[in-house]
Amino acid sequence: MEFVWFIFLPAAAALLIPALFRRVTGIHTGWFVLAVPAVLFVYYSTFVPHIAGGGQSVSVFDWIPSLGISFTSYLDGLSLLFTLLITGIGTLVVLYSIFYLDRQKENLGNFYVYLLLFMTAMLGVVQSDNVISLYLFWELTSISSFLLIGYWYKRDGSRFGALKSMMITVGGGLMMLGGFVLLGTMGDTYSIRELIVRLPDYAGDPLFTLAAVLLLLGAFTKSAQFPFYIWLPDAMEAPTPVSAYLHSATMVKAGLYLVARFTPIFADSSVWIWLVSGIGLLTLMWGSFFAVKQTDLKGILAFSTVSQLGLIMSLLGAGAIAYHTDDKMFRIAMFAAIFHLVNHAVFKGSLFMVAGIIDHETGTRDIRKLGGLMSLMPISFSVAFIGGLSMAGLPPFGGFLSKELFLESMVNLKNFDLFSFDTWGVLFPVIAWIASVFTFVYSFYFVFNTFAGKRKADKLPKQPHEAPAGMLVSPVILAVGVIVIFFIPNVVGKWLVAPAVAAAQPQLYSSPAAAEVHVAAWHGFESVPLWLTVGVIVFGSVLFASIPKWRAVYALQPEKLSLNGLYNGIMSASERGMNKLSRSYMTGVIRTYLIYMFAFLSVMTIVILFAKGAFRLDMDSLSPITLFAVMNAIVAILGAGMVIMSKNRISAIIALGAVGYSVALFFVLFKAPDLALTQLVIETISVALFLLAFRHLPAMKTHGETKQNKVVNAVIAGSVGLAMTLVAISAHSNKLIDSISQFYKDTVHTEAGGGNIVNVILVDYRGFDTLFEIAVLSIAGIAVLGMIRLRLAGKGSDDEKK
Amino acid sequence: MRKNNVILQTTTKVAFFIIFLFSIHIFFAGHFAPGGGFVGGLLTTGAIVLLLLAYDLETIQATLPFNFTIVIGIGLLLSFSTAAGSILFDVPFFTHAFGHFDLPLFGDTELHTAMLFDAGVYLVVVGAAITIIQSIGGDD
Repeated sequence: MEFVWFIFLPAAAALLIPALFRRVTGIHTGWFVLAVPAVLFVYYSTFVPHIAGGGQSVSVFDWIPSLGISFTSYLDGLSLLFTLLITGIGTLVVLYSIFYLDRQKENLGNFYVYLLLFMTAMLGVVQSDNVISLYLFWELTSISSFLLIGYWYKRDGSRFGALKSMMITVGGGLMMLGGFVLLGTMGDTYSIRELIVRLPDYAGDPLFTLAAVLLLLGAFTKSAQFPFYIWLPDAMEAPTPVSAYLHSATMVKAGLYLVARFTPIFADSSVWIWLVSGIGLLTLMWGSFFAVKQTDLKGILAFSTVSQLGLIMSLLGAGAIAYHTDDKMFRIAMFAAIFHLVNHAVFKGSLFMVAGIIDHETGTRDIRKLGGLMSLMPISFSVAFIGGLSMAGLPPFGGFLSKELFLESMVNLKNFDLFSFDTWGVLFPVIAWIASVFTFVYSFYFVFNTFAGKRKADKLPKQPHEAPAGMLVSPVILAVGVIVIFFIPNVVGKWLVAPAVAAAQPQLYSSPAAAEVHVAAWHGFESVPLWLTVGVIVFGSVLFASIPKWRAVYALQPEKLSLNGLYNGIMSASERGMNKLSRSYMTGVIRTYLIYMFAFLSVMTIVILFAKGAFRLDMDSLSPITLFAVMNAIVAILGAGMVIMSKNRISAIIALGAVGYSVALFFVLFKAPDLALTQLVIETISVALFLLAFRHLPAMKTHGETKQNKVVNAVIAGSVGLAMTLVAISAHSNKLIDSISQFYKDTVHTEAGGGNIVNVILVDYRGFDTLFEIAVLSIAGIAVLGMIRLRLAGKGSDDEKK
Repeated sequence: MRKNNVILQTTTKVAFFIIFLFSIHIFFAGHFAPGGGFVGGLLTTGAIVLLLLAYDLETIQATLPFNFTIVIGIGLLLSFSTAAGSILFDVPFFTHAFGHFDLPLFGDTELHTAMLFDAGVYLVVVGAAITIIQSIGGDD
């Protein structure tokens, strides 16, 4: 079987959830769901040896081949690494959620449907080789995460957070689509691998930089980079399993994936390198600094995720530099990025789960109310301790190794003498070091303010105790993973990280083995990162100990001047503006709407006709005007005049009928029997209908028409008539190409086996048109029925009231 | 309506069938001569409107006991499935087929899938128009 279909396995499983949720009430739905990521994880694990050996696996399902759009499952080191994270951490999250979400109280059906949809979307994002389907899955992650974040939709905060995340990530996604289309047009293909191969053909294109920036907007919004990070803290309204999954392991990493994936294409561009490394570093700094301000456990984690994503992003930027220099030092950066990405997914997942456990067992996530839980929740404390110290970058935990690699890469940056890195590059290690200090501070703040110190039992809504065993399984597994990574980094490096690096920089490495970096915990005393780490510990400890003294700094920034204030301002301003705008023209009077429409139509037609020089009068090919036609025209004009002049409705209706019949007569005169027939019948029926409805209409009023009103109407009517006449005349006079009727005449017998062109056009050549027309007709019919039924029903209830 | 109009009613009885048969003729003639599903449907509608003018709504509902909203649905389904049916034969959506057949009574006849599509148009036009007329006419 083509393994591309495995992407859709979770979505297919989601179809069964509603039935399971309703029918099988005795068992938590999560147990069924658990099988899906577990099976996928085992399945995809079998690819590891093949991929690590330098191989690739491709499976394609052609979706719209004529447009070059396909579903592709392209497994190389990078996509396989992400796939394993999605399915592996997905399994643990589902297991955790079984104990976290109550079977009786929660609407589990919704939850697991969304979660499985999200899983398919993520798998699709990381495995798609085709940028259009990548975009499709990308936006599906936005939508499914919107549903997940807003899962407790009765809470205002959930809805607000869900909306905010969707506004920002979908907006960025749309920008990214623009980038994809630009790339696709320049490179003449939608396949990422093809784009990489064809890079020399279009790298000099003036739109290349624009495509890079647009793509980055998508990646930055998704990966919560500055200034788009503001959605991530609000997304913490989601249930904790969702936070652990979306905001540590999967969705926010999609942006990092995108940057890594497109590095081989854009690494040439200095804009790309500066933006990715600069914004990444800024985000790292910003996020780590503001994490200490937070009082909500998940808020701290949200800001820490923002900062860690920034860290990885800056490393990806530094990794792109490797394309410009032979210096081996820069090759470490990409390795460090991917390695830290793995570490982060593992330790942050465990930390989120601990935050969820604390919330679950104490009833609060407010760090000011927590403290001294160490003795009551020893296992949770151990997990938090391991995860937290890994986050702070301390040995003997996985985070230490990647943090050292990170610091080393940042120190190296100033040695790069292109794009003015030799001057500004000095800033990088400085900022990175300061951010690392704050990372240390917030990690300790998270762990020790919760578990150490004095217990404030009176402030807790619940009597705290250790979580049930089932809930602890997943975080403990992740915590063990954190330690294991520290002791066997080179195994992880060989099987997972190096293949991913080789896939992200295919031009640099011939095989995954060439991308391997030997990771060691000890580099000797002359190693710069070691002393930087020592500095982090010293300064971090001082800052951590004195948090109460300097925390007032955060109060200096007024809420209105923050990015959140900006977002709220934009949202409410656009709401108010749009309301005002629509109220200004939605008067509720149909005549006003008609005036707008016809005024626009006639003005645009006439202006364009003359601005483009399209008007032409060609008298040569006109047929002679017969007496019949003149008389008929006079009848039509008189009829139209009567409609306006008549004082009662019935004569207006009859005059309107006269106009219609004389138009039908024109069709007869000019030998269009089909049109004439249709026009005659339509006219008959519409006059009859008018008469039927007649008795319901109120007596004809003048609608308070003023002279001014009449003048406006006359002007608009006249200009519409003028516009249509001019269009008709120029359409007749400008024959740029031959009339299509000859084509119909030639093919109507051979292609459609018919004789009447008009009818064959309706049912065959333009069958689509007719199909949609009858659909519209059906809707109109049913709408009239509905409206009148509704009115009747309304009348009935009014009567009852009386 | 309110008054008994003997002349109109008597004429209508005959005229209705003539118009109806004519509309059927026009519908079938459509592929080679002026006509087709749209006009045919409108003509039938016209015939029913004539009935409505001569008699009242109740009489019509008793004479033609169809639910015309369902007629709309059938028509739409017929048209769409004709268009979609082409997919079964692995040709693009909306590809019509036609051919000559030697039928027992009619002799050499040309049959089209376009005719099925047109029949759907016919039904939708009749259904929608009568639905509108009935709901306006029945609104007292």
